[in-house]
Amino acid sequence: MRIGVPAETFPGEKRVATVPEVVQKLVKLGFTVSVQSGAGDAANFDDDAYKAVGAQVAPDAAALWSAADIVFKVRAPDAREVGLMHEGQVLIGFIWPAQNPELMQQLAARKVTVLAMDSLPRMLSRAQKMDALTSMAGITGYRAVIEAAHAFGRFLTGQITAAGKVPPAKVFIAGAGVAGLAAIGTAASLGAIVRANDTRAEVADQVVSLGGEFVKVDYQEEGSGGGGYAKVMSEGFQKAQREMYAKQAREVDIIITTALIPGKPAPRLITAEMVRSMKPGSVIVDLAAEQGGNCELTEPGKIVVKHGVTLIGYTDLPSRLARQSSTLYSNNLFRLAEELCKTKDGVINVNMDDEALRGLTVIKDGSITWPPPTPKLPAPPQLVSSEKKISTPAKTHSRGGSAPMSGNRLAIMFGVAAALFWFIGAYAPAEFLGHFTVFVLACFVGYMVVWNVTPALHTPLMSVTNAISSIIAIGALVQIAPPAMAGVSRPDEWIRWLAVAGIALTAVNMFGGFAVTQRMLAMFRK
Amino acid sequence: MSQSLASVAYIGATILFILSLGGLSNPESSRRGNLYGIIGMTIAVLATVLGPRVTAAGIPWLVGAMVAGGGIGLYAARTVQMTQMPELVALMHSLVGLAAMLVGFATYIDPAASAEYSGAAKAIHEMEIYVGILIGAVTFSGSIIAFGKLSGKIGGKPLLLPGRHWMNLAGLLTVIYFGREFLHAETMNDGVKPLIVMTVIALLFGIHMVMAIGGADMPVVVSMLNSYSGWAAAATGFMLSNDLLIVVGALVGSSGAILSYIMCNAMNRNFISVIAGGFGTSGGTPAAAAGAQPAGEVIPVNATETADLLRDAKSVIIVPGYGMAVAQAQHTVFEITRYLREKGVNVRFGIHPVAGRMPGHMNVLLAEAKVPYDIVMEMDEINEDFPKTDVAMVIGANDIVNPAAQDDPASPIAGMPVLEVWKAKTSIVMKRSMASGYAGVDNPLFYKENNRMLFGDAKKMLDEVLAALKA
Repeated sequence: MRIGVPAETFPGEKRVATVPEVVQKLVKLGFTVSVQSGAGDAANFDDDAYKAVGAQVAPDAAALWSAADIVFKVRAPDAREVGLMHEGQVLIGFIWPAQNPELMQQLAARKVTVLAMDSLPRMLSRAQKMDALTSMAGITGYRAVIEAAHAFGRFLTGQITAAGKVPPAKVFIAGAGVAGLAAIGTAASLGAIVRANDTRAEVADQVVSLGGEFVKVDYQEEGSGGGGYAKVMSEGFQKAQREMYAKQAREVDIIITTALIPGKPAPRLITAEMVRSMKPGSVIVDLAAEQGGNCELTEPGKIVVKHGVTLIGYTDLPSRLARQSSTLYSNNLFRLAEELCKTKDGVINVNMDDEALRGLTVIKDGSITWPPPTPKLPAPPQLVSSEKKISTPAKTHSRGGSAPMSGNRLAIMFGVAAALFWFIGAYAPAEFLGHFTVFVLACFVGYMVVWNVTPALHTPLMSVTNAISSIIAIGALVQIAPPAMAGVSRPDEWIRWLAVAGIALTAVNMFGGFAVTQRMLAMFRK
Repeated sequence: MSQSLASVAYIGATILFILSLGGLSNPESSRRGNLYGIIGMTIAVLATVLGPRVTAAGIPWLVGAMVAGGGIGLYAARTVQMTQMPELVALMHSLVGLAAMLVGFATYIDPAASAEYSGAAKAIHEMEIYVGILIGAVTFSGSIIAFGKLSGKIGGKPLLLPGRHWMNLAGLLTVIYFGREFLHAETMNDGVKPLIVMTVIALLFGIHMVMAIGGADMPVVVSMLNSYSGWAAAATGFMLSNDLLIVVGALVGSSGAILSYIMCNAMNRNFISVIAGGFGTSGGTPAAAAGAQPAGEVIPVNATETADLLRDAKSVIIVPGYGMAVAQAQHTVFEITRYLREKGVNVRFGIHPVAGRMPGHMNVLLAEAKVPYDIVMEMDEINEDFPKTDVAMVIGANDIVNPAAQDDPASPIAGMPVLEVWKAKTSIVMKRSMASGYAGVDNPLFYKENNRMLFGDAKKMLDEVLAALKA
């Protein structure tokens, strides 16, 4: 089947849905790939780069759309593009069905199949490799910090220079989702002091792991709304939260807000009052600008300066890092293509029994299949405490015996040993005791020597001990033909055969054991 | 040669044997160690043969027996595959056991051997014979069964007879009763009967004991039988008043005991429960009931993708298991290792103490495939390095890389030290199918997000990976 990659038509959009590196992989899956001429220019992929990896270059959009069986896009198609679609075509890209009901109707009327990358059931661990929202959000978070640093008049990292001391910038990040976490990591790596807050308490560990400090709201309420998203909080909580934000606004230099609640306008976290309280030269990056903004004064798509504070309301941050975001997005699409084409023969199968594909598919052959039936809800995050209880097992494998035994056990063992020795001493004849001494001492020698054997040589150890235990042969040797003893008649024949058998058996061990040990040891080399 | 000269020779032999075991502390000195063992054995045998206890009449017999047995032994040592080492070792244990039995019987029916004893000394001497034959018989039959299990002639599943502990107890009591009979026997003919009854019981006990032990516990069994063969030699030494035998027996016995202890530790099980039989039998419920079913999806990959992962990695840890031995894949593993190392990838091996069917089994296989031993690490040495590793490749191992041992207290293998392969950036598990390991426990590793499954015969898949790497 032919995959078509048109140039994006949305004004200012620089991304492209497929990069040359992924074209190669798609061709391996059996697809043919056409790219509209100039589609990758804004992301620094020219036509020649596509041609070099086996893509065909279509001169214009009309030619591309008419030839393609599958179309990879970034943004939702505009009216002209919808007009170019033909029956049975498959469109994959960001659609936002909830926000664009009219587009959905138009697409359905063209009798096409549409897979919306934004409708992926994200909680499915298998789906994560296809999760374009996450990869875009990561870029957004990174770029937000870069934009803020650009607009901010100071270093982010603290320095002590010959010209004087520079304090590190303080960055506050509201919302520790994917974008928020990426922003925390980026800001921390630039040397800023990073604080972050989220209504979901379970992300505190993640914030700390990226080098941030988790700021708690002084109010008890759990903010997980299922599916990994946040929910609307109670009045009391919101009041406490506002106080916390007001305090942070007075202290920090940069605020990056990422708070979004699915299907609702973005929560107002930063009031005009708080903006006024910030130090002159401070920066606010509002990543929720498109959904109305977390800050009262943000203007979507623009940079404005109000009360001495720079307010950045860009809504196209991923597009501002076009090469990176195109690469990640096209990798997501490639993973999806793999799922669609398990047979690797270039023919896709939109399997509606597959939970991930079912969620993605918003229109199937002209009928709207969105929203999908509610998938099984993910189990609530497990309490960490149960996990902590099972600490990793203590390392018992220490050579030369483990930790000292407890006093009681040691005492008991000594007691038993003493009783045993007393018993033997009381009853056994002297000659036996001589042998017994040798025996006990030999056990100890063996104990000391064997603990020094490296575990890598345990098999040779077994075969060599095997070989030397053939020392039993001596027992058989002395019986085979001892010097005659006066007055004793012995069943010579019987004993001889037993002894011969014994010698033969032990000889197998003796020769075999040493030979095989030699063979093994010869193999060990550096 | 006089008795004193023979005794001095024995002391020399004893020292050489101790040096021989000591030499195994590292691979450099181990070859010399083995040589010490050979010299010690030669001295001991020559001193005995030339000593006062063997007359010229016996020489043809013993030379004949030695040549016959030695020939078989050398032939076996030449031809055995390294993957079959556990079987060979088990078989050799059985020979030691059988020899101890035969020597015990020969000593008993030889009036000359007990002529000098009377009273308590005689009782002790007879007790030594009785115990010597007992240990020898258990070692013999147990090793034969272990051999059968290891070579696949007998199924690996534990055979759990109802009331087996009572049967063992009854056997023990019978053995003690006949021991009393034996000590009180007036004539030799009276004594032989209880001796034979006891031997039969001991043989049955040995069979029963090993039959009840599951396949995954085989390393413990093999090392335990190693220990027994030592004690059998020591008992023979007491019986013959021969210090050399006692010392060697004690050395071998304690060596086997330590190995058993290490193996038990590596599985976080105590010795008694291994001997008492099968996995998950204490509660009477099979392992499947324990622990939640792991959630998530298994992500299969093919050989080409595996090769891509390996090629892009900077550091790789390979964790081999019994599956590698079964598939005879060690040579291909080495080829892949060599290729990657030439490309500057840091490839190392992580060996779990109970990987394979006997202690150190994996090391021998890798050594056979010419893998340098300084990149073969023990579990404790390498476990901390997994987070810094790009790819951890598990070849035919299951329980030893099961995260449930750490995370799930209800799991039958909870607390067992495992190789933490899931901490690597990506882990690849090569398996024939999704079947669970010997412990019968499902492995949550397979469902982890950073885990990939490469299904198929280890040898065949690795050959494909190698071809893809070189392509």
